[in-house]
Amino acid sequence: MNRNISCTVNSKSMTWQIDIRMSLADVLREHGYTSVKEGCGVGECGACAVLIDDVAVDSCLYLAVWADGRNIRTTEGESKEGKLSPIQQAYLDTGSVQCGFCTPGLIMASTSFVEQHKGQKVSREQIRKGHAGNLCRCTGYDGIVRAVEQCIDAEKQ
Amino acid sequence: MFDIDSYHKADTVDEAIALLSQNPDAVPIAGGTDVLVRLHGHNPDYRHLVDIHDIAELKNINMEPDGTIVIGSGITFTELAQSPLVSINIPVLAEGGSSIGGPQVRNVATIGGNISNGAPSADAAPPLLVLNAEVELKGPEGVRLLPLHDFYQGPGQVDRKSGEIMTCLRIGSADYKGWSGHYYKYAMRGAMDIATIGCAAACKIDGDRVTGIRLAFGVAGPTPLRCWRTEEKAQGHVVDQTLLDLVSGSVLGDLRPRDSWRASKDFREQIITTLSERVLKEALNRNGVSIP
Repeated sequence: MNRNISCTVNSKSMTWQIDIRMSLADVLREHGYTSVKEGCGVGECGACAVLIDDVAVDSCLYLAVWADGRNIRTTEGESKEGKLSPIQQAYLDTGSVQCGFCTPGLIMASTSFVEQHKGQKVSREQIRKGHAGNLCRCTGYDGIVRAVEQCIDAEKQ
Repeated sequence: MFDIDSYHKADTVDEAIALLSQNPDAVPIAGGTDVLVRLHGHNPDYRHLVDIHDIAELKNINMEPDGTIVIGSGITFTELAQSPLVSINIPVLAEGGSSIGGPQVRNVATIGGNISNGAPSADAAPPLLVLNAEVELKGPEGVRLLPLHDFYQGPGQVDRKSGEIMTCLRIGSADYKGWSGHYYKYAMRGAMDIATIGCAAACKIDGDRVTGIRLAFGVAGPTPLRCWRTEEKAQGHVVDQTLLDLVSGSVLGDLRPRDSWRASKDFREQIITTLSERVLKEALNRNGVSIP
């Protein structure tokens, strides 16, 4: 059941031999991308969210073979040369990280949300709806919403 | 690791049909948000897969010269919501599609999968029913077209014969031009939930009378259902509060809600009665008639 796939992960080209029964989350974790967490395994918690061609996807419900030829982004690749991405920095500034299990998935959901809403005026309701696929049991989401607002406001300036 | 016994990737619809015909136990997998969840739960019915993920032929939305809107079965709910053709002509479908799951699910889940798995709670189904959508299936015997309400046969059961693939959903211009619609999903939570009741209404008005009225519900019976008898009674009625009373008083006669762990039958009946009036009122409002 083995197959080769080629993809880029955080701008690096990879060729991996995978078992077709594996999810993308399984494969990424096996290769050291352990920011990707499997929480619920059924598409409710979003802890495994990654970007595939800049679109947020739950990698636990995504066959690894589908990643062939795609460009994958995980939280590991978001900080560049030791500098956090604007979203990561905003999460820190607003105190949006507690236990941290949901954080990598949320960072990717927020990254995709901010990229999609560049230069637009967004309501808190839109931010909440845009993050409905990610569960956080610690923070109560308020900081997360403020982190996203902070990033969108900074983009406008 | 998923419990998959056999896996074949199809690059074209014809290839998918050939692969499905070779193995009667095989099921198509498109977005995977239902099939992989079943496999996660070790369901043995999904161990043989024919992969139709991202088949280019299934990923178009277009309008034919006669105005018929054709939506490929592989269109995701995000693509549906972003399509100007959909949001301008059949916004009720975008409304239904946008209420499914969360963003990551809508980014991969397909409209064809939402309908083909036969779930009574499919949020795309009530809007498609009030749009009189037709399902196009392609199989070893060729192409056939049938109304969506005939495609649904029972809970989790649809009229997809062995070897067939749903290629697209078709909505004729007479079924959306002049019509307005609304979909409302009643669920326990504001997002990421399965509908307790889903309700879609569509209407067409001439002067002070309704010249067309359609109502459909999800989770109000073994399949998503149209309210044929209510529609017949309301046809041609003057648009005022008595129309809404007639509809809300009649609608339960068309439906068969039941008790489940999500909600009791009594509660569902209450929601159905309330939504029939509220959703129709909004659909009328979008056609320029407001009932105080």
